[in-house]
Amino acid sequence: MARRLQDDPVYSRFFALPIPHVEALGILVVETGPRRVVMRLPVHGGLVGNPDSGALHGGAITTLIDTAAGCLAMASLEEPSPVATLDLRVDFLRPALDGLDVEVEAVCHQVTRQVVFCRAEAWQGERAAPIAAALGSFMIAGPPLQAAEDRGSGVPAS
Amino acid sequence: MRIREVIAEARRRDDPNHLIDAVPYAGTLGLRGAATPEGLVTRLPFRQDLVGNPHLPALHGGVVAAFLELTAAFSLLWRLDGDAIPRSVTLSVDYLRSAGPRESFGRGEITRLGRRVANVRVLAWQDDPARPFAQGNVHLLITPHLEAAGTSGR
Repeated sequence: MARRLQDDPVYSRFFALPIPHVEALGILVVETGPRRVVMRLPVHGGLVGNPDSGALHGGAITTLIDTAAGCLAMASLEEPSPVATLDLRVDFLRPALDGLDVEVEAVCHQVTRQVVFCRAEAWQGERAAPIAAALGSFMIAGPPLQAAEDRGSGVPAS
Repeated sequence: MRIREVIAEARRRDDPNHLIDAVPYAGTLGLRGAATPEGLVTRLPFRQDLVGNPHLPALHGGVVAAFLELTAAFSLLWRLDGDAIPRSVTLSVDYLRSAGPRESFGRGEITRLGRRVANVRVLAWQDDPARPFAQGNVHLLITPHLEAAGTSGR
């Protein structure tokens, strides 16, 4: 069953405080797995980017993607640590319609000492017809690495 | 009112907020804009519910991306004689530093304007434009404008 981040057994341990913007949008965790998560954005008229067509704004979809991939990046670490988005690339494959919730699946495909790499796909209703595809990389923000480890940056941790 | 009338009215008044207010998601984020001699400058007043990291605090990465994407689209609309909201096809964001609990500003530069697609480079900053907290690169489809321009009665 879909639940808030702070009610999810995996994600609640990372967030002592609720994330205000995630709360404001009502983003929910739908499924979790090893290096994988599905989240959902309930849509409403306030997310519309084109008042003529009723299409949702890409920013709302990017926010769902960044939330899912960023949380997953954190959960994919052996030791819990905050992460910060380094870069994000989103392809908007087709317009997102108002009235259908957006879901996203994020997958983590590489964890290095300093950077976590994720990809994500978003859809509405039909998983096989994605509305957006994305790649994101996330800097591990802490705990600070020692200088000796720093020199080995770029080498996969595992 | 259709968006093409809103755009025309915003231009008559030289007030980009008239256009920004017609886009519901821009209103949800609280986006504002100002017409300057150098083009449109967007503004995102800080609000607690835009925060993604409550410990720092810092704006949510998705809000930063949305701010850049909105800035790209409105910069393009403001510069061109467009009559439809351009659709983003691809978006690339580099996060250079965290965006603190202060007002943010944005500006888009049209790097290429083709017949069907435009490339807009966007910068977002807080205190100093020379120290941006994010930069973006957006490709937007502008086909509807050209179709409309080439079709009478639309």
